[in-house]
This record gives sequence, structure tokens and C-alpha cells, in this order.
Amino acid sequence: MIGALTVGQRQAGLVILILGAVVGLAMAAAGAGEAFGAHGLIILAFCAALSFAVLARLDDPEPPAERRRAYYDDPIKVGIVLSMIWAVIGMFFGLWVAYLLAWPDLTLDAPWASFGRLRPAHTTAVIFGFGGSALIATSFHVMQRTSRARLAGEFSPWFVLIGYQLFVILAVTGYLMGINQSKEYAEAEWYADLWLVVVWVTYFVLYMRTLARRNEPHIYVANWYYMAFILIVAVLHIFNNIAVPVSFGGSQSYILWSGVQDAMMQWWYGHNAVAFFLTAGFLGMLYYYLPKRAERPIYSYRLSILSFWGIVFFYVWAGSHHLHYTALPHWVQTLGMTFSVMLLVPSWATAANALLTLNGAWHKVRDDATLRFMMVAAIFYGLTTFEGSFLAIRGVNALSHYTDWTVAHVHAGALGWNAILIFGAVYAAVPVIWRRERMWSNRLVEWHFWLAVMGTVIYVFAMWNSGILQGLMWRTYTDAGTLQYSFIDSVSAMIPYYVARAVGGTAFLIGTGIGVFNIWMTIRQAPEAHLALDRPTSPAGEADDRSVPAE
Amino acid sequence: MSVKERDPLTGHQTTGHEWNGITELNTRVPRAIWWFIGITHLWALVMWILLPTWPLVTSYTKGILGLDQRELVAGEIEAGERYREHWVVRFEGESLDGIRQDETLMEVVSGAAPAIWGDNCAVCHGVSGAGGPGFPNLVDDAWLWGGSDEAVLESIRVGINSAHPETQFSQMLAFGETDILTREQIRTVVAYVQSLSGLADPPPQMREEGAMLFADNCASCHGEDATGVNDLGAPNLTDDAWIYGGDTETLFVTIHDGRMGWMPGWEGRLTQAERKMLAVYLLDVLPEEGG
Ligand code: HEC
Ligand code: HEC
Ligand code: HEM
Ligand code: HEM
Repeated sequence: MIGALTVGQRQAGLVILILGAVVGLAMAAAGAGEAFGAHGLIILAFCAALSFAVLARLDDPEPPAERRRAYYDDPIKVGIVLSMIWAVIGMFFGLWVAYLLAWPDLTLDAPWASFGRLRPAHTTAVIFGFGGSALIATSFHVMQRTSRARLAGEFSPWFVLIGYQLFVILAVTGYLMGINQSKEYAEAEWYADLWLVVVWVTYFVLYMRTLARRNEPHIYVANWYYMAFILIVAVLHIFNNIAVPVSFGGSQSYILWSGVQDAMMQWWYGHNAVAFFLTAGFLGMLYYYLPKRAERPIYSYRLSILSFWGIVFFYVWAGSHHLHYTALPHWVQTLGMTFSVMLLVPSWATAANALLTLNGAWHKVRDDATLRFMMVAAIFYGLTTFEGSFLAIRGVNALSHYTDWTVAHVHAGALGWNAILIFGAVYAAVPVIWRRERMWSNRLVEWHFWLAVMGTVIYVFAMWNSGILQGLMWRTYTDAGTLQYSFIDSVSAMIPYYVARAVGGTAFLIGTGIGVFNIWMTIRQAPEAHLALDRPTSPAGEADDRSVPAE
Repeated sequence: MSVKERDPLTGHQTTGHEWNGITELNTRVPRAIWWFIGITHLWALVMWILLPTWPLVTSYTKGILGLDQRELVAGEIEAGERYREHWVVRFEGESLDGIRQDETLMEVVSGAAPAIWGDNCAVCHGVSGAGGPGFPNLVDDAWLWGGSDEAVLESIRVGINSAHPETQFSQMLAFGETDILTREQIRTVVAYVQSLSGLADPPPQMREEGAMLFADNCASCHGEDATGVNDLGAPNLTDDAWIYGGDTETLFVTIHDGRMGWMPGWEGRLTQAERKMLAVYLLDVLPEEGG
């Protein structure tokens, strides 16, 4: 892979890696003995390991010019593999937290293994590690195919993918060591945040430049969604993380916003992370892999437009539904509530557009587990958004907030929609990217499908039950007008549900393990295929071998 | 390649574009969606008219219902207080004995106290009141500050070594840390203390030495006979109730490093009625439930 880069690109890479190593060394020295110093060492090791890999190939011959006639799939391959690695790590943490809640002694009496540290390690490893890597990899795949153009660069895709990994590694290891700026889904400290800005801007530029090179007159819907995802996430990330470091030699920083403004900024971010990371980006994925696999036209172009603009417009108003009944002014809550309900229309319109696209392909859904993954994801998307709009109504939120009902909603989305869609997309993409006839074993895909669906359903039902039970216990009064149950009563009542959730999570993780194994075997052993037409072509159908202007 | 085709299955035309084999139909937006838009937006509009919603330059639209979440909460709290008032005043007026004799009040205790206990006291004293290392058992007969109604009520009101201005203050001196006693002496007095409750049977000479050390250093607080002094919060050392533990190592730590238990004062946090309820609960109800 490194050999497929030009010598100049390899040298540029080396320079950046050495710069990174120097920064790592400086951080290690400044923060010696503290978690910040450990982060310095991690950066140093990360850059050093990659530099050695580049150095070993530095003198390899220049890659052939014909490569420009092919799509650039190397970063996609690495992105998919990384995504699967994060899936296992992140869900392992999630499962640990699930068992921990049922058997509190599993915290090992070690600070790093306490609930407060494992939990953000879980959420970050799954959302940003697993989800983010999958989004980057699939976006590279989708934008090239639907633009019929090679990526606008050979170096920047690597910079984005690998740089992004560094961010996630810093985030997850930081939480385990106790570095955390206490903003949910944005727990990483200032230096990791700054680094992500650099990576993300590069990503955006790369995306725009590739689209500018497209050989299709129109931009496909999936790309609108991917673009919205990249652009808005950049804006959210920057605004929510404006912070002043206490010193450049330590991890601690203070956020610019304070009090209720900070809370509003955080949940404007938090909700739109859901909207643009876990929804818009994933809709991009859905809009490509589902019709491709079903070999059916999208049900309605007009519905696509309507829902795209609906989603983009309504989501950004809805964040305040996370702060019902708080110090946030009442009027902001009403706004969030009403926009959340109106948001249901474009959400369901999108789910309907996806499911109606399957009309005429239901026999494929029956036979092909990969397509079934995507169909189930679309159903869970519909379910989760319905539930979300319902939970956003103040009176309902009064019951659900602070309970496991939120966790049920989260995982109906995260497992049923995000994870299951990723697996569907990966099963569809792996054979194409690695030039294989099919996945190594379709039986294993089938097994994975049922384990994933079963795991999700068990998880979500368990949490619905526990969440509603919690909510009701907390608001039950005696005849005398005092609370009937103490908090600890409601905690004890959760035990059976927490055990059930752990069982569901175990099934889900086993399914993931099977998927990883199957992907590995596909790469190593599945019969090869030659996809003659899978390459960039000009509008006239000729091979497109334009070179890319300097990055 | 802008060729519009007709999809044989649905009969709809495609838009004429194609991306990597994907096409799109030109199907109209289903009527249900327009209805759906209409209903949700109408609902939103009604909410905007009824409730505070839109920001203005220095204020916001108040909504014709004139609702405000702070006033609503204040109103609900007041309504709750009014609802409870009829028994709250009676709790305030009665002594604990008076409460015990009043069946309706005892019903309130058995209904309300478990949750108040669970939310405020159980973290330290346990759901059953049996305590744990460092936190005394409240359902036995051993008391630091006395087990009378008044003493217990006072312990709850002001706490022990707490931030309450009238707190009960107590401290077990750190005899080792402050070099009042040598390690050897501490070991001797540990053996003596253990012998008081039959945990150890030291040789007569050691027992005698221990007794002397005790009389000189400890009796001022724990009493000549080591049965404790409630006014000082010093525990009885002759029974089998231990706060920190009666084993040799724990006793050594207790006497070497000293102890100073901390119990929050609840005045200001719990109402008088609630505190009385808890006192009755822990003196009468919990022990009966088997502690
Ligand atoms: C933060 C932990 C903590 C909480 C919460 C707590 N206690 Fe205590 N409590 C203690 C400790 C520790 C002591 C013993 C102090 C000492 O060792 O001197 C104590 C002592 C007492 C005593 C005196 C016992 C005696 O032997 O004289 C009473 C009565 C008592 N607690 C009642 C309550 C009640 C009722 C509540 C709930 C409203 C409560 N406690 C909540 C820690 C706590
Ligand atoms: C200044 C008064 C004072 C003196 C002097 C004193 N104690 Fe104490 N002792 C206390 C108090 C008060 C406590 C309760 C501390 C607590 O609960 O946190 C206590 C607790 C203890 C305990 C712990 C009991 C348990 O249930 O775990 C032991 C044992 C003990 N003292 C032994 C001694 C011995 C032996 C001496 C003499 C060497 C001594 N004390 C001298 C006040 C005193
Ligand atoms: C094996 C599968 C998984 C298990 C067992 C699992 C388990 C858990 C547990 C126990 C929690 C903590 C709940 C609490 O605080 O009470 C949690 C939180 C969370 N998980 Fe997972 N999880 C899994 C997969 C995923 C995936 C794939 C995603 C995202 C793509 C995800 C996203 C989240 C999020 C966002 C939260 C925070 C929820 C909130 O704040 O309300 N999880 N998970
Ligand atoms: C119409 C779409 C949606 C709406 C209106 C919506 C609404 C809500 C509401 C009201 C809450 C609870 C807030 C609280 O009480 O604290 C919530 C939480 C959450 N939702 Fe959604 N939701 C939607 C879709 C989704 C989707 C598709 C996902 C994908 C995974 C998702 C992920 C989450 C997460 C992670 C949280 C937990 C936030 C936290 O940590 O507290 N939501 N959502």
C-alpha cells in the first residue's frame, strides 16, 4: 500500500510523521509522570511505528501511472479493517459496562476500570472508532463510485483516515487514564480536539475536490448526506470545544461557555452529533448500498429531496429536548420539542423511501442476509426516530429522562440502525473492494444477522422495561403523599433487566466476532473476481486517467 | 446519459440519471406525507400559540396559557405540601411516644419512612440499619450518644462532627501517632480491650498492665468499666457491637491512628416531621423487621 504512493508522497508522509513524533516527545517531556505525558508517548509511538513502515518502503519504485485509471481503494480497505477492530474494542467495553451494572464488583477495584471511565471509552470507541472509521471508508467508496472519479488525492485520504485514528486513540486512552472534559460525546481534551479540526478540514477539502472531478453531471443523494455530515460535524465540533488550556504542558482546559449556555451548546452538539454523525452520514451509506444491493431504483427522487432538506433544517433546532425541565428557559424547550416532532416527517419519509425501494426485491431480502441487514436497519431507523420524537415531548420526557428508556432509544438506534447498517454495507463493500466473488461464507453472514437482530431486540426490550419501571417507581407516591420507593429500591429492581441486557449484548458481540472472522477469511480465501467496469470513466465512457492537481 | 426510462414494476419514470447503476424514480411524494406534514406543523403551531416559544429582542412570546416552568414547579411543590399538611402538623406537635400511640401516624411512618431512610441514611447505615465497618449498627442496643428518643432525635438533627453549628463532637485520640503510647503498649491495651468482651484471654500479667494503661488513658472517655460514656460519644467496649471492628489489627489501627466518625446533621435538609418519622422508624420499625 505504501508502495502505491509516489516517492514524493512517501517523503511528505515521513516529514509529517517525524513532526508528529517531535510533538509527542515534547508532550511526553512536559507532562512526564502524568496522563498528558503518557499521551505524548502514545503519539510518539504511533508516529514512530508508521515512520518505520514508510521508511522500509521509501526506496521502492514509483507506482505505475495506470493506477490513475482505477479507483483508489487502499484507504477503504484499511478503513474497513480499522472499523471492525474498533467494533470489537468498543462493544467489548460496552459489554463490560453492561456486566458491570449487573455485577458491580467487575470494576476490579482499579480506577481505570470504573464505570465513569469505561463508559466514555465505550461510547467513543463505538461511535467515533467503529462508526467514524466506517463512515470515512464508505464515503471514500461511495463518492468515487457515484462520481466515477478517482479520489482527488493519494496522500490526503491516508492523512484523514490515519489522523482520525490518532484522535480516537487519544480520546479512548485518555478516558481510561482520567482525562475527560466532561462533555458527553466530546470528552476529549483540547489538544485532541485541535488535531481533529485539522483532520476534519482535510477530509472536507478532499471530499469537495473529488466531487469537483466527478464524471457525472449530477451529485447523487448519498453524497449530499455525506457532505452535510462532514460540514456540520466540523461546525459542531469547533463550537462545542472552544476551550482555553490551563497550560500547553497539561491536559486540563476550560470551556469558553459557562452555565446554561454551556449546557445548550453541549446538547446542540450532542443532538446534532446524532443527527449528522449517526444519521446523515449513515443515510449516505443507506442511499448507496441498499439500492445497489437490491438493484432497484430509489423509490422517489422527490422524497429524497424533501427529506434531505427536512432533516438538515429541523435537526439543528431540536437539541434542547435534551434539557427539558432544566434551567434552560421554557421557550427554548418548547422550540426543541416542536421541531423534534416536525422532524419525524422527513425521518419517516426517508425510512419509507428506503423500504419502498425494496419493492420488487423482496425475494432478495428473503435470500440475501446482506440486504436484510440494510432493510432491518431502515426499520430500526424508523422506529428510533419515532421514539425520539415521542421522547422529545416534554410530558413524555418527564417520565423517560434519566432512565434506561433513553439507553433503549440509544441502542435501538446505535445497534439496530448504525451497527446493523454498517455490517450490511461492509458485507456489500468487502467483495467489491477486495475483488472477490462474494463473502467467504454466506451462512456466517446469516448467523451474524440473526445474532445481531436477536441481541438488539433483547437489549432494547430489556431497557424499555427497566426504563419505564424506573420512571414509574420514581414518581409513585404513597397515600400520605410521600415517595413510595427509595432510589436504591429502583436500582435493585433493575438487576434482572441488566442481566438480560448483558445477554443481548453478548449475542451482538458474538455476531460481530463472526462477522470479523468472515471478513478476514474473505480477504484471505474467497475466490477472486474481476469487476471489469469498476473504474473511473469519463462521460463518454472512456477510461479516466486525469492526474490530480497537487494536494 | 440522461435517458428517462420507465420502471416496469411500478410504471414510474426514472429521473434519467444514473450513478454506478443506481437510478431514481420520479415518484410523487405520497399524499400521506403531505398530511403528515400538515398535522405535525399544525400541532407545532398550536403549541407555539399556547406556550412560551419564540425569542424576541429582549423577551419572548409568552403563549396564551401564560405558563412558566418555574411557577409550575413552585405550584406543584406547594400543592404537595398542602396535601401532606394534615399529618405533618401532627408529627410536629407530638412526642415520639405520642406518634407511637397514634395508629394513623404510625401508618404514615411505615408508608413514608422506608423511602426517606433509603434515600438519605441507607448509603451509610445500610437498608436494614445494620451498618458496616465505620458506620454503626442502629438496630442494636449499643449507642454512642444514647438510645433515648431525645438523644436519637438530637443525633439526627445535628449530626456527629458535622458542619452543623451545634454538632455533637467526638474524637478517639490517635495514641500511636501522637506518641502517647508505644506500639508495645498499644498491643497490650488491645489485648486488654479484647478480653473485656471475651475475644481474647491474655496472660494475667498482660491483662493487669492493660488494665493500668486503660485506667490511665482511656477511662476518662470510655468510663472506668469501659462501658462507654454517651455524653462523649465514646462507645461501650465490653459488648460485641463494634463500629470499626474487634479484631486485633483493626483495634490496633483504631488506637494508633485514632477515629473520628462523621455523620451529617439533617436539620435544614429534612423537616422536623421527617426526622421524627426516621427516629421512630429506626427505633421501632427497623429492629422489628429483624435489623
Ligand atoms: C455519610 C454517612 C452517614 C449518613 C448519610 C447517615 N449517617 Fe448516621 N451516622 C454515621 C456515622 C459514621 C455515625 C457514627 C459516628 C461516630 O462514629 O461517631 C452515625 C451515627 C448515627 C446515629 C447515632 C448512633 C449512636 O449510636 O448514637 C444516628 C441516630 C444516626 N446516625 C442516624 C442517621 C439517620 C436517621 C440518617 C439519615 C437521615 C443517617 N444517620 C445518615 C454516618 C451517616
Ligand atoms: C478523648 C476521648 C477518648 C479517649 C481518651 C479514648 N477514646 Fe476510644 N473512642 C472515643 C470515641 C469518641 C470513639 C468513637 C469514635 C468513632 O466512632 O468514630 C472511640 C472509639 C474507640 C474504639 C472503637 C470501637 C469500635 O466499635 O470500633 C476503641 C477500640 C477505643 N475507642 C479504644 C480506646 C482505648 C483503648 C483508649 C485508650 C488507649 C481510648 N479508646 C481512649 C473516645 C476516646
Ligand atoms: C455489544 C453491544 C453493546 C453493549 C452491550 C452496550 C452497552 C452499553 C451500556 C451498558 C451503556 C451504559 C448505559 C448506562 O449508562 O446505563 C451504553 C451506553 C451507550 N452506548 Fe452502548 N453498547 C453496545 C453497543 C453500542 C454501539 C454499537 C453503539 C453506537 C454505535 C453504542 C452507543 C452507546 C451510547 C451513545 C451510549 C450512551 C447512552 C446515553 O448516554 O444515554 N453502544 N452501552
Ligand atoms: C427524529 C429523530 C430523533 C429524535 C427527535 C430524538 C430525540 C431524542 C430524545 C428526546 C432523547 C432523550 C433526551 C433525554 O431525555 O435526555 C434522545 C436521546 C438520544 N438519542 Fe435520539 N432522537 C432521534 C433519533 C436518534 C437516532 C437515529 C439516534 C441514533 C443512534 C439517536 C441517538 C440518541 C442518543 C445517543 C441519545 C442519548 C443522549 C444522551 O446521552 O443523553 N437518536 N433522542
